[in-house]
Amino acid sequence: MSNDTLVRLGGVEKTFRRGSEEIHVLHELSLEIPNGEFLALMGPSGSGKSTLLNLIAGLDKPTRGTIEIGGERIDQMAGRALAGWRARHVGLVFQFYNLLPVLSAEKNVELPLLLTSLSNAERKRHVANALEIVGLSHRAKHTPRTLSGGEQQRVGIARAIVSDSTLVLADEPTGDLDRKTGDGILDLLQALNREHGKTIVMVTHDAHAAKRSNRVLYLLDGQLSTELAA
Amino acid sequence: MRLAGIVVSNFKRHRLRTALTVLSILVAFVLFGYLAAIKKAFEAGVDVAGKDRLVVRHKISIIQMLPVSYEADIERIDGVKEATHASWFGGIYKEPRNFIPQFPVKPEEFMAMYPEFRLPPAQMDAWLRTRTGAVVGRRTADKFGWKIGDKIPIQATIWRPKSGGNTWTFDIVGIYEGAEEETDTTLFLFRYDYFDENRSFGEGAVGWYYIRVSDPARAAQIALKVDETFANSAYETKTETEGAFVKAFAEQAGNIGKIITFILTAVFFTILLVAGNTMAQAVRERTQELGVLKAVGFTDGQVLGLVLVESCIISIVGGSIGLALSWRLVAAGDPTGGALPIFFFPPGELVMGALYVVLLGLAAGAVPAIQAMRLNPVDALRRE
Repeated sequence: MSNDTLVRLGGVEKTFRRGSEEIHVLHELSLEIPNGEFLALMGPSGSGKSTLLNLIAGLDKPTRGTIEIGGERIDQMAGRALAGWRARHVGLVFQFYNLLPVLSAEKNVELPLLLTSLSNAERKRHVANALEIVGLSHRAKHTPRTLSGGEQQRVGIARAIVSDSTLVLADEPTGDLDRKTGDGILDLLQALNREHGKTIVMVTHDAHAAKRSNRVLYLLDGQLSTELAA
Repeated sequence: MRLAGIVVSNFKRHRLRTALTVLSILVAFVLFGYLAAIKKAFEAGVDVAGKDRLVVRHKISIIQMLPVSYEADIERIDGVKEATHASWFGGIYKEPRNFIPQFPVKPEEFMAMYPEFRLPPAQMDAWLRTRTGAVVGRRTADKFGWKIGDKIPIQATIWRPKSGGNTWTFDIVGIYEGAEEETDTTLFLFRYDYFDENRSFGEGAVGWYYIRVSDPARAAQIALKVDETFANSAYETKTETEGAFVKAFAEQAGNIGKIITFILTAVFFTILLVAGNTMAQAVRERTQELGVLKAVGFTDGQVLGLVLVESCIISIVGGSIGLALSWRLVAAGDPTGGALPIFFFPPGELVMGALYVVLLGLAAGAVPAIQAMRLNPVDALRRE
């Protein structure tokens, strides 16, 4: 593995059990993602894109194989250690934003920082900075229901970067947005990659969105079938 | 915002549901406090009963009288330190709802038997000087606004006076205080000699005897001896500890303590289901959000804690207000107008109430909290 590799998957398999039936979602999948890359994962529904993203995020465990991120074997971590690792190293962006409706934009962004030892003033500073990066400082006090879809996704992205994680994982971040708003989100992700050095892995169905990445991987039936230059 | 901020924010989600849950818990704890005071009212006599005091009554029933001559016989029994008697008068002051327990007694003997009734010596002297004199407890005096020197007419329901009519008139010569909060200060005591000479029937009869034994360890043995002394007489006796006597008296209407415990158990079980259902519903609705919290790094323990704290806060708010309200209601006084002379919120029950508040919160939140803790974030995030 090169020193520049942030994510390394080796022979990863993922199998789900439904009753007596075993469903093999990922087969012997190996992958390296260099630090600072903007990678797009494409593929049809059920090809294993989201499963792969969840494995990299430490939300799920591989049935077999190794997952090493930033030099740490997260497939060997469990429970508390894995939760702590996620809080420190990964920012997640969801298709449907997944903001807590009872909290304002700034409180939603602050969530990951509640797990740190930062003071109230430090947390506020980090939150203000993240909201400024996504261009939403003026909507900080608004609750999700008063924000547009694009604004909600920006809040989601601010939450993903507020703890300064190096790895941002986005699952269909433009899937619920119109083309123009989606472009704005992709501009933002590109800026995070280019100007802030974030490594981004984005799952998408949209070839137009995938073009914004440095590299596109195509998953089919749980295997990386094609590697395309963006 | 700290973690508590998330919990507080959740209460705003379904304000009406939260308010109704708090209200149901509040009502449960009002009931708890009020019924605890009623239970205490029935048990207080048992609790404060002297361990060295026995009560001798007619073997058949307490309403059967005993001869006054028994006092001397009882005092001769080995182990008996002193004895005195009392009788049920059962009169009415103005209206039947003004219930006051009234007893003709021998002043010096009775007050010696009950040192917890604190009567100033000057008032005792006045009582001994005044044949129509009566001494009342502080609670009754305050309730009717009586003061020393007042003449109190009592309508007889059993013991009519020889002079005709049915009114006995007593002079208030003293007001006694209780040594402890649980001491009964509702009694209306007047002189047995005045009563005995002026009643139209039943001369020389008394209701029951109180005995003080020299050694409480020998109480059972002495009780047996008393009953043996009067065995095969026209007036056989049943002697028991004062605690047993008071308990039997209180249980004439049934085992109130058990009934109240049963009611409270049913109330708390229902409230547990209500609060538990609310929390379960709240967690179900928030499955995806809990998944987000786990995804951003919250541990299973933290998610468990958030749900439990939320459940406990609902319980604590409802329970605290409920206990405070019941305290106020109990402080307003005996709801029966005198049938429950000792009516207060026992401090021990308040502590138990506070404990139940927390236990209810934990119990109601336990299952949903464990479900939230076990939630797989991938499954949770997949739900729409």
